[in-house]
Amino acid sequence: MTNAAMAGERCDVLIVGAGPAGMAAAVAAAQGGASVAVIDDNPAPGGQIWRDGPGASLPAAARAWRDALERQPRIRLCSGTRVVAAPAPDVLLLEDAARAWRMQWQRLILCTGARELMLPFPGWTLPGVTGAGGLQALVKAGLPVEGERIVVAGSGPLLLAAAATARAAGAKVVRIAEQASFAAVAGFAAGLLRWPGKAMQALTLADARYRTASRIVAVQGGTQVKAVRLLRAGRTEEIACDRVACGFGLVPNTQLGRLLGCALAAPGDRAPGLAVDAQQATSRPGIYAAGECTGFGGSERALAQGAIAGHAAVGNMQAAQRHVAARARWDAFADRLHRGFALADELRRMPQADTLLCRCEDVPLAAVAGCSGWADAKLHHRCGMGACQGRVCGDAAQFLFGWTPPPPRPPLSPVRIATLAGLADDAGGDRQ
Amino acid sequence: MSGAHVLLHIDGRPVQVKAGSSVAAALRVAGGSGVARTSVGGAPRAPFCGMGVCQECRVQIDGQRRLACQTVCAEGMRVETGR
Repeated sequence: MTNAAMAGERCDVLIVGAGPAGMAAAVAAAQGGASVAVIDDNPAPGGQIWRDGPGASLPAAARAWRDALERQPRIRLCSGTRVVAAPAPDVLLLEDAARAWRMQWQRLILCTGARELMLPFPGWTLPGVTGAGGLQALVKAGLPVEGERIVVAGSGPLLLAAAATARAAGAKVVRIAEQASFAAVAGFAAGLLRWPGKAMQALTLADARYRTASRIVAVQGGTQVKAVRLLRAGRTEEIACDRVACGFGLVPNTQLGRLLGCALAAPGDRAPGLAVDAQQATSRPGIYAAGECTGFGGSERALAQGAIAGHAAVGNMQAAQRHVAARARWDAFADRLHRGFALADELRRMPQADTLLCRCEDVPLAAVAGCSGWADAKLHHRCGMGACQGRVCGDAAQFLFGWTPPPPRPPLSPVRIATLAGLADDAGGDRQ
Repeated sequence: MSGAHVLLHIDGRPVQVKAGSSVAAALRVAGGSGVARTSVGGAPRAPFCGMGVCQECRVQIDGQRRLACQTVCAEGMRVETGR
């Protein structure tokens, strides 16, 4: 069997993810003369923060980076493309809507971003419940929310950003429920003076419907959201609404890095990101990581890390050095953010015995509560065995029970049979 | 692309959306709560994460299973939900 069944391409630097980190890495690497390929699973570059669509208004910085990508002839952008597997140490198997192919690289930069931490509570599977960032993404992509009453709940500055996006699209945001205490949020806000841009942003997002020390008890409704019950200072309150957007901060997307054998940073209070050194190099030779997959910290930190990774990947250490101060500045911001919005223990009491933990396989919390760990829950109760492959319930179980999921196995996401068949052909061909 | 629209079919019904809209948005434009599929236990599920992680919005698009939240509507597209 030859490899003719699956076409192959090659590049000097392969970048996975076209958010701020990936864009900065691509431009930096291309400036160093490398041929660069950027793959991204969204329809357009920009990542989650700079998502384009009929309901989006892209900031000037996002447009500038997109133009920079387009202007640079050494950069190939493959949108709508997912990583399926790593069939050889320097090859990734990719799939888009039309084809599957292999991409061989000399340097790889992982800019795989973060996903929202979604925690289960009664009613979280009802249509009308989305992530907070999820709501933002859906609205930008044209989801009509005009006239809808929306409650945003969870933790972190993303709640305010999601509320602002929904309001700009004509929704009535009736409550923003932040689980952190008033003291914690006020402390965070006071500290923003060191980052004047962020302080301004906080002011523009300020909202009279914002409440601290407030968490979801349940979302109510038969086949869609009708109301939400919130708990604040020992009192429950019911708010009628059409939609609930919830997010409890971000989890670094380390799936691909772990598949490739990259070490994780030391675990802290939250799920750890990929471990990187001063040059953004991971523990695997030739593989770098930048942006939220190394730990949550925002777009400015991602841009600085991406630029360092891109320059370092092509050996331009002098150019990389110019971004070190910016990285340190935004690392400090990230530390403050983590402290200000640390998740309260009470959130572990949100799900009830019959609340589904695994949305794909309909596994209730009671089924897995007595399990010894993730593997036990998976093998005996199918928790995490569905289409999302444990990305939602695995993160939740890590928070609820402290279970660390094992490194993922290929395929990294559901793919077409033809793609897998090609992978099998290749593996057979390589062995013979 | 402002002002431009595309026409697609969801479960056989014509739906018009703004150009550049995702299929997830079109499910909602089509009416109801935007349900994409039915769960193992038969409950309705709609787009949840909005960014290709949760797989709750998977539908058949022109005969292929794809994520509604990461697919841009195209003229004449045929979408089948799992309801």
